[in-house]
Amino acid sequence: MICSRLLLVSTSFTCIPTTSPTDPYSPIGIFRFAPFSLRAELHTSKQKTRSSGHFLSYIKPIFSRGVDIWVVLYMHQSIDQWGTDSKGSKRCIRLLKQQIQAIESTNSVALFCILSILKNQNKGPNMSQNSIQSNSIQNPRVTWEGCSVLLDINDGDRLVFARLTAGSTLKIGNKNFSLRPLIGCPFGSSFQIENGTEGLCLSRFVPSTEADNNDQEKGGSQIMDECRDNRAIVDNNEAQTLTSGDIDEMRRQGVKGDEIIEALIANSATYEKKTTFSQEKYRIKKQKKYAPRVLLRRPSARSICEAYFKKYPHRIGFLRVDALSLLLSLANVTANSDILLVDMVGGLLTGAVAERLGGTGYVCNTYLGSTPYPVEIVRTFNFDNEICKRIVRAPLRDLCLDQTGTSEIIDASNAELNGQTSPIKMEEMSLPSNHEAADSETIVSPQIKMGKPPKAGEKASEEAIKSWKENGFSSLIIAAPDADAWSLAKDLLPLLSYSAPFAIYHQYLQPLATCMHNLQQGKMAIGLQISEPWLREYQVLPSRTHPLMQMSAFGGYILSGTKICSSG
Amino acid sequence: MLCSDGKKKLSFCGLIKDGDLVIVYEKRDVMKAVKVCETSVLQNRFGVFKHSDWIGKPFGSKVLSNKGGFVYLLAPTPELWTLVLSHRTQILYIADISFLITYLEIVPGSLVLESGTGSGSLTTSLARAVAPTGHVYTFDFHQQRAASAREDFQSTGVGNLVTVGVRDIQGEGFPDEYSGLADSVFLDLPQPWLAILSAGKMLKQDGTLCSFSPCIEQVQRTCEALKSNFRDIRTFEVLLRTFEVHEGKMDSCQGDEGLSVGSPPCKRRQRSSEGSTVPDSSSSPTIKARPCADARGHTGYLTFSRLKCLS
Repeated sequence: MICSRLLLVSTSFTCIPTTSPTDPYSPIGIFRFAPFSLRAELHTSKQKTRSSGHFLSYIKPIFSRGVDIWVVLYMHQSIDQWGTDSKGSKRCIRLLKQQIQAIESTNSVALFCILSILKNQNKGPNMSQNSIQSNSIQNPRVTWEGCSVLLDINDGDRLVFARLTAGSTLKIGNKNFSLRPLIGCPFGSSFQIENGTEGLCLSRFVPSTEADNNDQEKGGSQIMDECRDNRAIVDNNEAQTLTSGDIDEMRRQGVKGDEIIEALIANSATYEKKTTFSQEKYRIKKQKKYAPRVLLRRPSARSICEAYFKKYPHRIGFLRVDALSLLLSLANVTANSDILLVDMVGGLLTGAVAERLGGTGYVCNTYLGSTPYPVEIVRTFNFDNEICKRIVRAPLRDLCLDQTGTSEIIDASNAELNGQTSPIKMEEMSLPSNHEAADSETIVSPQIKMGKPPKAGEKASEEAIKSWKENGFSSLIIAAPDADAWSLAKDLLPLLSYSAPFAIYHQYLQPLATCMHNLQQGKMAIGLQISEPWLREYQVLPSRTHPLMQMSAFGGYILSGTKICSSG
Repeated sequence: MLCSDGKKKLSFCGLIKDGDLVIVYEKRDVMKAVKVCETSVLQNRFGVFKHSDWIGKPFGSKVLSNKGGFVYLLAPTPELWTLVLSHRTQILYIADISFLITYLEIVPGSLVLESGTGSGSLTTSLARAVAPTGHVYTFDFHQQRAASAREDFQSTGVGNLVTVGVRDIQGEGFPDEYSGLADSVFLDLPQPWLAILSAGKMLKQDGTLCSFSPCIEQVQRTCEALKSNFRDIRTFEVLLRTFEVHEGKMDSCQGDEGLSVGSPPCKRRQRSSEGSTVPDSSSSPTIKARPCADARGHTGYLTFSRLKCLS
């Protein structure tokens, strides 16, 4: 067995057996799992007795980058627990079992050192794909059945949130395409419509770096000596000799999108007269129409915020991604902190904070009255149970009351109303992806509930509330476009611990100015500042670098500061 | 600064103790980082402050000097640290820092590569974002600067999340041991295009890269270098406009004069200047906000991209 390159995968460095430099199995790289993600994985794998596929897919990106052979070090009681529920993983287990090289024993935990040989080009990706399809365990780099994704069609022209299920579809043009081919693919991969065995379907499209390079060189060399201009272009709609009937006929015969574009170019009387730049534009325009591309994006605070800001800015209170980032930084959001939130921006803020906490600390959403604000956007993130458990809610009056006694009485009467209606409400909220899809002329079939995403936003426990009352929250973020900043800040600041930073977002300047003034007068906080973020994107192309023609001129205002010790 | 140790959560009602790093706040733009030492004193224009008076007080307290002057003692955060750290190089500020962390999708557990370390302003925020299980490997070719940065990270309490290496990333690239392991790479180099190939090797598929450059020519060359292996190449400029808030009377129509919009204002002006000394019950003072006159007009361009998925 020749193995020149080897990768060790382990949960901790101490578990890795020592290897001599001459040892053919000495590792070229060490892949370390975060203890947390491993715990979560072990947990789920016990419940579902599936994990190898997940594990493989985790390593797949590295594997595919030229590591021929790798070693998997994995803590498990028995190799049989690696899951035998699908053909793919069975095959995988068989392969792995054959090649157990060593068993190490450290601290009474048995470690199986498993060597598997997987050829880089052939078996690897396929195998991973098979096993992922049978596994519903979350993986941050590769999609799985039931996972939430953001589909970016034609370079941001259309953005669609969807859940990947066997039955979900995406409408492109006037045809529905199954999203099944997207399951098990890495985030960041692109898809094109192709003629498959079952007619037209979405198919993975791997960009060739070579072709792109050539294009650039072609473009680049002509930049300086461009002498063509638009003097000969007459806008009379006669430049194209192919009729729409011709194109329909080509399509019926199964001609590929790329070929149609070539035909259009060949039959355009003016293409050759255009400048290189406008030729490029022409090609892109036609590509979007005849060979649309779907990019599989991972839902993260960034992509979700950008997509909402583009599609439905009012639903997130016009909170632009740079303003959201500032809120997270100014409020010192980090692991193990307890963040108090007023999220009236649909759950975007809750999700973004929870993402930064990574399953530690708490996100506590507070609200006035008895109805929590909707946080349906949280479901768009692919949060695991660990993170969802850390997203809780508590009515403001519960947090403010000095004794828990009275609040319990109120709660008892509200428990049935409040505690039970809310989760149901959340279920209903799972449909917006459907709803949104309809808006953008896209239908994602309603089998969304299959994935059963864990519930976020449960009621905060008594102990948690008690501990917050004693220690205070580590920071506060308010994003309440319709509420008065000062009246919220006045009630919420006392709930923070001393020296805790806070950040308040508002669409209007005046409420924040008043709030800042009152905080100064009341000597409640220092380091007060109102800032307005400003974000401009640039087009960077050889000889064509300039700011984009369109920009968002409004990112809202943020009031930030630090709470001080009033007794001091 | 960070509560990477989950048990010893940095609750702010934690009290100041000997050896703690505190941010001494005089006013908005006058702050200083001080290591509390029982026998030491802090001297400034407000007088002499004995550290021993501080010990046992909660963070966020107001403390008095021998002359009765006062300052506030704050718990350090990466934002405050950015305002007080010693500038060994040009540093990144909050607008760029916060934006790039979100845009690079850095979350707890991420493995991040950075070059150069500089004064460590960004590194501290990166450490906060990857805590508690991730790690930041940061490189600078300047031996002494790297050593100072290392000391800083120890004193701010992010030492266990950051590893500082001495290496010329433009010349040598990132070390091979991180090949294919990085979630994100951040470059703040004079010639970032020289490091793009290596950055691509380090990144996981779909991993994110950000390059910060003050000049557009640098951005152009970087974008050219990115085209072969990266997609989603986008360049941004992000700035902040700050506001000042004042309370005062506006020169406006009040009460019975409400209808006299076009009348000469001289009389009222007199009245309102009197009114500022004697509070007028009929008109409450107005709170007014306007942008501050001075602002940072340019920091740099942030170019983002993602590694193409080729498998």
